[in-house]
Amino acid sequence: MSDKKEFDRDSISNTLIIAIGLSLVCSIIVSSAAIVLKPVQEKNEEAFRQRIILDVAGLMEPGGDIDVLFASIDTRTVELASGTYTDNADMEATIAIPGELDIAGISQRAEFVDVYLVTDNGRVDQVILPVYGKGLWSTMLGYLAVAPDGNTIKGLRFYAHGETPGLGDQMDKDSWLAQVAGKKIYGDGDEPVIRVIKGLVQEGSAGSEHMFDGMAGATLTGNGITGLVQYWTGSHGFGPYLKNFREGNTE
Amino acid sequence: MSEARKVLIDPLVDNNPVTLQMLGICSALAVTTSLLPALLMCVALTSVAALAGAAISALRHRIPNNIRIIVHMTIIASLVILVDQLLKAYAFETSKQLSVFVGLIITNCIVLGRAEAFAMKNGVVMSFVDGLGNGLGYSIILIAVATLRELFGAGSLMGYPVFELTSNGGWYVANGLMLLPPSAFFIIGLLIWGIRTWRTQQVEKPDYQIHEVHRTEVY
Repeated sequence: MSDKKEFDRDSISNTLIIAIGLSLVCSIIVSSAAIVLKPVQEKNEEAFRQRIILDVAGLMEPGGDIDVLFASIDTRTVELASGTYTDNADMEATIAIPGELDIAGISQRAEFVDVYLVTDNGRVDQVILPVYGKGLWSTMLGYLAVAPDGNTIKGLRFYAHGETPGLGDQMDKDSWLAQVAGKKIYGDGDEPVIRVIKGLVQEGSAGSEHMFDGMAGATLTGNGITGLVQYWTGSHGFGPYLKNFREGNTE
Repeated sequence: MSEARKVLIDPLVDNNPVTLQMLGICSALAVTTSLLPALLMCVALTSVAALAGAAISALRHRIPNNIRIIVHMTIIASLVILVDQLLKAYAFETSKQLSVFVGLIITNCIVLGRAEAFAMKNGVVMSFVDGLGNGLGYSIILIAVATLRELFGAGSLMGYPVFELTSNGGWYVANGLMLLPPSAFFIIGLLIWGIRTWRTQQVEKPDYQIHEVHRTEVY
């Protein structure tokens, strides 16, 4: 104890040693924990992503086994530019999105994307499309379920986002998710007109079938949702693919 | 040993960090809508408080005075990140519900307060026990609040139905107020009232006493 007393802990050299040494030790602990735990966390994220797909399709049962339930969903690869299914896709291939079309704020996208088909006795019942785009703080990643008419939304759920807790994350609440179902993506033309408005949608008002409820205090998150849904259902996204459904060519 | 016992038991009721020192109220409001996230938050905070106490105490003779708060924050932040990573790996769904509040343990006044007030002046074991005791004191309040809120707000405990809700054909009408943040204020207020009625030494003297004026003084 006595030698500790004489030791000058406020000296510049000790301050530097403690500051640098502690930063090193702490950063090693934190980064090794992150690396060691990464595989387990990624497995969790993957299971959660599959659960969201089941949720958005309305197939999730409480206590159900995700692997078993997910096996009933058909995964197909779509070439976005032509809107047709393909079996030999280069999943790594990306193309840049021209600035004026980039309403989702993602600057590039894959050429081939996996979609999930929910079938009922061999007939397609729902198409689940991956969608993502910039919100206020983060990239929001989620799934959009569309009815086989290629126009009616069955659900929209996000599995990863970093929006403001309590404000932007209202989009995870059941009440917001419920009002999404039944809305129509397209008006008369082939460009999506669905959008998040300010305030709540008045049922029966003009164009209300093309509107999502706004979220109080989260206008920019709402704009982000408008952007990503419009981009991914637009002509540069799944537009050609969904058009096939609207015209009745489901294969 | 009896001193360690006192250090452990004292923060549970007599010197409770939430009801006496009024610390950590923010997370007590946020994570107590149901019992499971509250329990996880208790485990996270208690382990951070105990380990941070031990680590800071071990370094206490070497920590330079002018950067001591930064040193505390670095140690606490590293532990919080560690806990957060563990939760994401082994309690994924609940950690999603806790969202930012695990990260906010870094700014929790209980942890920093104990580091500054106790760990800088006491031995490693005692500081560990002190962190444990204060974490448990926080946990008692959180569990009490979360039990009341989940039971009366959603009719369930740990997600299992206890009261049959009218929406499922039962008899209990869920009290939606219990799921909103203000109810945690009411419950914590009532708990403080209860504890101070039981342990009257905790009652504070009023800051200002209205002086009684007698007639004779006026003349």
